Amino acid sequence: MYLSREEEEIYRGDKGETLRRMMEILVALGDIYGAERLVPIRSAQIAGVSYKNIGEAGLEWISDLQGRVVVPSILNPAGMDLCRWMEMGISEEFASRQQATIEAYRKLGVTIDCTCTPYQIYDDLAGQGDHLAWSESSAVSYANSIIGARTNREGGPSALAAALVGKTALYGYHLDENRGPTHSIVVDADLQGSDFGALGFLAGGIVKDGVPQFRLRATPSQDELKALGAAMAASGTVALYYVEDFSHRSVTPKAPSGLEPGQTITLNRKEIEEVYEKYPGSGADIVALGCPHCSREELLAIARLLEGKKVQKELWVCTARKIREKCPDLVATIEASGARVFCDTCMVVSPATEGFRKMMVNSGKALVYLPGLGGVQAGLGSTEECIDAALGRR
Amino acid sequence: MEIMCHKVASGHAVGPALVTREAISFLGNVNPETGMVIDPAHELFGQSIAGKVLIFPGGKGSTVGSYVIYQLKKRGRAPFAMINLRSEPIVAVGAIISGIPLVDRVPEEVLQIESGILVEVDADQGIVRVLDRSS
Repeated sequence: MYLSREEEEIYRGDKGETLRRMMEILVALGDIYGAERLVPIRSAQIAGVSYKNIGEAGLEWISDLQGRVVVPSILNPAGMDLCRWMEMGISEEFASRQQATIEAYRKLGVTIDCTCTPYQIYDDLAGQGDHLAWSESSAVSYANSIIGARTNREGGPSALAAALVGKTALYGYHLDENRGPTHSIVVDADLQGSDFGALGFLAGGIVKDGVPQFRLRATPSQDELKALGAAMAASGTVALYYVEDFSHRSVTPKAPSGLEPGQTITLNRKEIEEVYEKYPGSGADIVALGCPHCSREELLAIARLLEGKKVQKELWVCTARKIREKCPDLVATIEASGARVFCDTCMVVSPATEGFRKMMVNSGKALVYLPGLGGVQAGLGSTEECIDAALGRR
Repeated sequence: MEIMCHKVASGHAVGPALVTREAISFLGNVNPETGMVIDPAHELFGQSIAGKVLIFPGGKGSTVGSYVIYQLKKRGRAPFAMINLRSEPIVAVGAIISGIPLVDRVPEEVLQIESGILVEVDADQGIVRVLDRSS
């Protein structure tokens, strides 16, 4: 792999041991994936935050690093709401290790926003054509597909390495040649809300690490696209997709010209319904929304459904702290029902799920991950059905 | 015997070989406190990777495995060096952050090296030397 003179100096250790190892990570990954050179990045989004996932080993590693990030860098969700962890039933021991992890990142100059939806709170982290080093799989998918930026699905250490060096290796989704669609998926059904999670759940299983190009009857909202990408990144490892409507009008940035999908798949209403039937929400003892983190619009929809009512079951709504701060009235309405709006975390990365038997969600991504990562069964429903369940109506 | 290889993580070490034909998922297969292989389904079950030149095709599984390698190193229970046929990101990143020499792109015959034989890994020169039987 070609390194500039300045990059060589870092690789040799002229700028210190931390940067030397960070550059070694970038070069090793570049070699593994056949990168020709490094490329400057606009921002980094760093995984390896929840203490539940990284443990003492990860905390030790991050704490031992010296240096400062050189591009805007934010974090993945943590294992708890950094302020209201006690309400989540988190132990003091876990909380202190989680706080130490956050502190270690802060020392490196990372901004303490713990979210899978950085694009919902900042406009200046990613734009069309920008190279990024993002980690969280749904954020990666959104950046590549909806924003038209370019990022691979970085691991925690490689995203942090990229943040400290300001560059990443040029391979994979950074290159046009790897951004062509592999499958055409025609969806002959009217879809709404959680249907996009169900569709993503199916599509990810079909295309695995491919690049699907969807033809949909209507134009989805930004939140529906967010849910679709998140589910496909969980049931498969999809990091890029395209959407057009039935008149072939592009809803997302277009694929590089000259690259056509190899095969066509048609999905209909029956197949979407089968996902709900296979994973019913009945019997859940907790309901959780906000995977990926709720936008302002989603908080508004939830607040309307809960206004003036009282929940009978635990209802968690997960979002980014900055979204919560921007919507105090919506949060007040939601919490007046007895539901809780937690920040910095989610049901997939927090150990707080362990005390529950079954969780009802409106997210195809959470549906995939909860049984394995959260140790809790999961059922799928629309946002309205989830709220009804929390209100004791079903 | 000298074998040419490709450096992934720099460094130089000598130790007894521990060889497996199976990929290793450091998260799950290996106890991060002791370096013992704890998965009964793994070929190396019951053996310690600490202080060895660990020779295996490559890594697999969760990316948290990189941190497990780091934890082994901090506990003094990590391999002295590692040799892969083809390194993937989990083991590559784990070796680099831990300062454990790692090389790859070696011929498949390295998997026929007998466990216990002394092996030297010089990642910076890109050379693996099979030295002799250890006692």
